[in-house]
Amino acid sequence: MEYSEKVMDHFMNPRNVGEIEDASGIGTVGNEQCGDIMRVFLKIEGDVIIDASFKTFGCGAAVATSSMVTEMVKGKTISEVMTITNEAVMKALDGLPAVKAHCSVLAEEAVQAALWDYSQESGITIEGLMPPKSDHGH
Amino acid sequence: MLYLDNAATTPLRTEVLEAMLPYMKENFYNPSSVYGPARKVRSALDDARVAVANAINAKTEEIFFTSGGTESDNWAIKGTLAAFSAKNGDTPPHIITSAAEHHGVLYVCKHLERKGVEVTYLPVDGEGFVSPETLEAAIKPNTAIVSIMLANNEVGTVQPMARLAEVTRSRGVLFLTDAVQAVGHIPVDVEGLGVDMLALSAHKFGGPKGIGALYVKKGTALLPVLQGGAQERNRRAGTENVAGIVGLGAAIRLATEEIPRELPRITALRDTLTDTILKTIPHTRLNGPKSHDRLPGNVNISFRFIEGESLLLHLDMMGCCASTGSACSSGALEPSHVLMALGLDHAQANGAIRFSLGGNNTEADIPALMQILTPAVQKLRTLSPLYDDFLKTKE
Ligand SMILES: Cc1ncc(COP(=O)(O)O)c(C=O)c1O
Repeated sequence: MEYSEKVMDHFMNPRNVGEIEDASGIGTVGNEQCGDIMRVFLKIEGDVIIDASFKTFGCGAAVATSSMVTEMVKGKTISEVMTITNEAVMKALDGLPAVKAHCSVLAEEAVQAALWDYSQESGITIEGLMPPKSDHGH
Repeated sequence: MLYLDNAATTPLRTEVLEAMLPYMKENFYNPSSVYGPARKVRSALDDARVAVANAINAKTEEIFFTSGGTESDNWAIKGTLAAFSAKNGDTPPHIITSAAEHHGVLYVCKHLERKGVEVTYLPVDGEGFVSPETLEAAIKPNTAIVSIMLANNEVGTVQPMARLAEVTRSRGVLFLTDAVQAVGHIPVDVEGLGVDMLALSAHKFGGPKGIGALYVKKGTALLPVLQGGAQERNRRAGTENVAGIVGLGAAIRLATEEIPRELPRITALRDTLTDTILKTIPHTRLNGPKSHDRLPGNVNISFRFIEGESLLLHLDMMGCCASTGSACSSGALEPSHVLMALGLDHAQANGAIRFSLGGNNTEADIPALMQILTPAVQKLRTLSPLYDDFLKTKE
């Protein structure tokens, strides 16, 4: 199993680590059973993600995908963020080993869970957004 | 580079390489050939067999060379079942093993189970020990073999082997012990242990990879699993891995000679390393035995709130080689079956790292490791939502 240079860079120098004190939405996905937990914080103004951060417990790929996905959502509108798939996160990292593909799925789901939290708090409906799954069958 | 993964494999010793080289160059002959130069090769094999026999207090005719620990384990179990079935006809055989075995035994048992063999996986206690009473209670009239490892590769538990083997002997059941992690590191005496078969592998004690041996006590009903030529007295076919066998002989001779000096030295290193980690880094725990019944080089620590692979990667980037459990399970998503058998929860099992010390390690390696380890753990904890949650519950 070999990680790309991009993955190693985002693992060793993760971007956007930490909490956002006054986050608009927080999403936590995964569990200790499957070995990965991701928590994504979004700060939303109007329709735009003005800041994003994360905290992740997990393998190298879990840290790298969280770091990458927070980079990808920053400055985007909510509807743009809704189109970010796990494949896009993987591609941005120059790929992941097959056994680690689920980490990118988790990253996508963490962002959506944070958006869900935001929509619940603010009462704003987001087109196409599903409630987060409570558990992961990884 | 800081190499702390000697349970995965050890560097080939220079003296061993030197001993092997002539058998890959001028002494290339087939040891089964009759002419003079080939007889010289044959005598090198005999020599290595004596070295292995002496190292474990066996007779030379009880030592059979194999391609390593995995083949020895496979042969012992499958060959015993073949002999059992030859004698008992349709009676399905029963195997007893433990839940903390190496995959070289465990997956053989799982494979046979799918083919209708009955298997009992004995539980281990919180430190990895099998109790003789539990073993005794599991024996059935159709039990063909008991396979329990002498020393565990992940947590270093050294079983009370003599007591376990005594249970089976009185019941007429054969006993195999996988001693791959023990030989060359702690004294191993097949007579004293009372086992019928014992597996060992050269690359765990300074020898080459792909060569090992199975000790088979005289009179043990074991059929071959590799059919072919008459090598190894008709019991393991195939032209011998001559250079490998010579390397095994040289390595086992050196390693066993050095046990009186290396065992206390590495044990002291182990204890210093363990104490240093537990004292310096909070929320850590030692997995495996706290007693002296532990491999001299094994340190297995769970770091709470972080995941083992990410810590390994960090150590790797800083030039330090360690492992999560066995080398084969890093990369897989499942937590170590050994740690789960010891009763750890997922979080503790996922955060476990094994440091295994060997002849190449010195006292200076401990501060060198701590310089890398302490900040790496700190950094990963600041990343961890579990650590956040923990700090919040404490407030
Ligand atoms: C306990 C144990 N048994 C068996 C093996 C397999 O030995 P080998 O690599 O020689 O096949 C190993 C090491 O890999 C081991 O640690």
